[in-house]
Amino acid sequence: MTVISNVTCPVCGSLCDDLEIEVKNNTVTKVRNACGMGESKFLGYAAHRPLKPLVRKNGELVEVTLTEAIKKSAELLANASYPILYGWSNTCCEASSVGIELAEEIGGVIDNTSTVCHGPSVLSIQDVGFSTCTLGQIRHRADLVLYWGSNPWSAHPRHIERYTNFTEGRFRHSTWNKYLSSLSAYRSKKRVERACKLAEEIHEAAAETSAVLEQPRQLPSSLFEKERKMIVVDVRRTRSADIADCFLQVEPNKDYEVFQALRALLREEELQVDSVGGVPVEVLEELADVLVSCEFGVLFFGVGLTMSEGKLRNIEAGISLVRDLNQYTKFIIMPMRGHYNVTGANIVSTWQTGYPFAVDMSHGYPRYNPGETSVVDILSRGESDAALIVASDPVAHFPKQAVKNLVERPLIVIDPETNATSLLADVVFPCAIAGIEAEGTAYRMDRVPLPLKKVVKPPKSCASDEVILSRILREVRRLKKKREVVTNG
Amino acid sequence: MPSLSVTLLTGRTLRQGQGKEYGKLSERYWKSVAICEIDPDDLKKLGIKDGKTVRVTTNYGSVALRAVKSMRGPHPRRAFMPYGPWASVIVDSKTHGTGMPSFKGVQAVIEPAADEDKVLNLKELLRSHYGKK
Repeated sequence: MTVISNVTCPVCGSLCDDLEIEVKNNTVTKVRNACGMGESKFLGYAAHRPLKPLVRKNGELVEVTLTEAIKKSAELLANASYPILYGWSNTCCEASSVGIELAEEIGGVIDNTSTVCHGPSVLSIQDVGFSTCTLGQIRHRADLVLYWGSNPWSAHPRHIERYTNFTEGRFRHSTWNKYLSSLSAYRSKKRVERACKLAEEIHEAAAETSAVLEQPRQLPSSLFEKERKMIVVDVRRTRSADIADCFLQVEPNKDYEVFQALRALLREEELQVDSVGGVPVEVLEELADVLVSCEFGVLFFGVGLTMSEGKLRNIEAGISLVRDLNQYTKFIIMPMRGHYNVTGANIVSTWQTGYPFAVDMSHGYPRYNPGETSVVDILSRGESDAALIVASDPVAHFPKQAVKNLVERPLIVIDPETNATSLLADVVFPCAIAGIEAEGTAYRMDRVPLPLKKVVKPPKSCASDEVILSRILREVRRLKKKREVVTNG
Repeated sequence: MPSLSVTLLTGRTLRQGQGKEYGKLSERYWKSVAICEIDPDDLKKLGIKDGKTVRVTTNYGSVALRAVKSMRGPHPRRAFMPYGPWASVIVDSKTHGTGMPSFKGVQAVIEPAADEDKVLNLKELLRSHYGKK
């Protein structure tokens, strides 16, 4: 048995790099320090995977050799006039890099999952700019943490424990014990309430007790203290809201209004309404005080803002609020990136093409115009004539109209596991899993690169996606050269 | 048959995250994703119990799901679904020039499912909506 320490978890954008993996006979037997999702990936990755390349023949996917699958894919891509290459966020930067070279070679559109995740955030950041820092800075210094339209408990389960309120920073203490005390107080309150309900003869007294126990709707006093505090703003009471000092419920699609109301309050303007987006103005006034009074504030925002009405404008308003707050105190803003290397996909794309996502190479040079060159729009208009999907499952996550057009055209999938997209593909390459069976580089949500480790050997028939893409690229070049020779006589 | 107009929100849950990492073909994934979390009072209005099948319909599609009594309430007339193929068939593909479809805040109607209506598993759902190649 071998224990491999400091393993980077290839699941979410938090990219926890403190995992300990026990390996016996080339099988992961135990995972320490991981969240439920990380543990599930390390222990379950082998359960649902094909081991050999598949090509659709007479309507059925049949096993073929790697060479045959490469030739078939290269033909499909080389013959296409407007192919899309999509995914890239669940694999390493090295694979993305080869993918971009391939997109350039075949004149396709290369897009990554940020297009249906934080694409609007990228657009806003390009418009407005943003003040940010690393998660290490936040861990040691932040005294006010806001999660807006984000549910880290479910989507980034160790984010709070590693980078914000439940971590012991150099200058800020963990609020874990405070949370445990509040849980205990909550349980006591519930016990009192239950006892009061049971004692019918003291019904009136019970009502009085409940009235005393119930807080009137205003911000809790802990938000005005020096120690670390957390605020969650969302359209529903998530699990993250349960552990926050304060939860503010905003009406769906009203985040923009709340951001702008806060900005108006910072300018000491008076709001002529009772509430904004379902939040009473008195609460917003207190919230503005809390935001201004902190020493180091951070606004983490999730896809609750990017996927709602307003999209990029919501983020623009959030960034503008943070910019305004920096006139009074130190405040930064950071998107809660979902897939573990979606940030890396943006960064590699920017290095090589100048643009972070939705890059159209069909003119022979990179063009970037999200809304036109983004894959959901291309697919919804039915413009593409082939697709290469790497480390992603658009059939599960794209709207129906886009999926219909995706699966009607030739579809090639490179993914370690069977998923909805690979079930409908024409060519399927099972590959080694980056971060478990293959090394590589990934970028954390704060743009810090971390190495992915290889903890077990992949099956012999599964090469890394970087190797598969390189071979497809070579074959495409060979085909194109052959055609040039034929054309030129 | 009673029906209820709601604002549909899609999002991440820990069970969905665990299910997708364990395997998209697994029962764990299917059972964690093909659900619709409904406010307890809204369930009463629909006259259905936790665990029964409901049909959720939007302007973009319709799908049968298992109704789950929301533990995150009260959130009247707001229903929640985890991300996944079941949610994708009923969301808006328009991106308003941003590249991002509207996954949250979609107007939907929930009604108790007909007797023959059942929650499809992944392969059945793909066959029903996209046909088989």
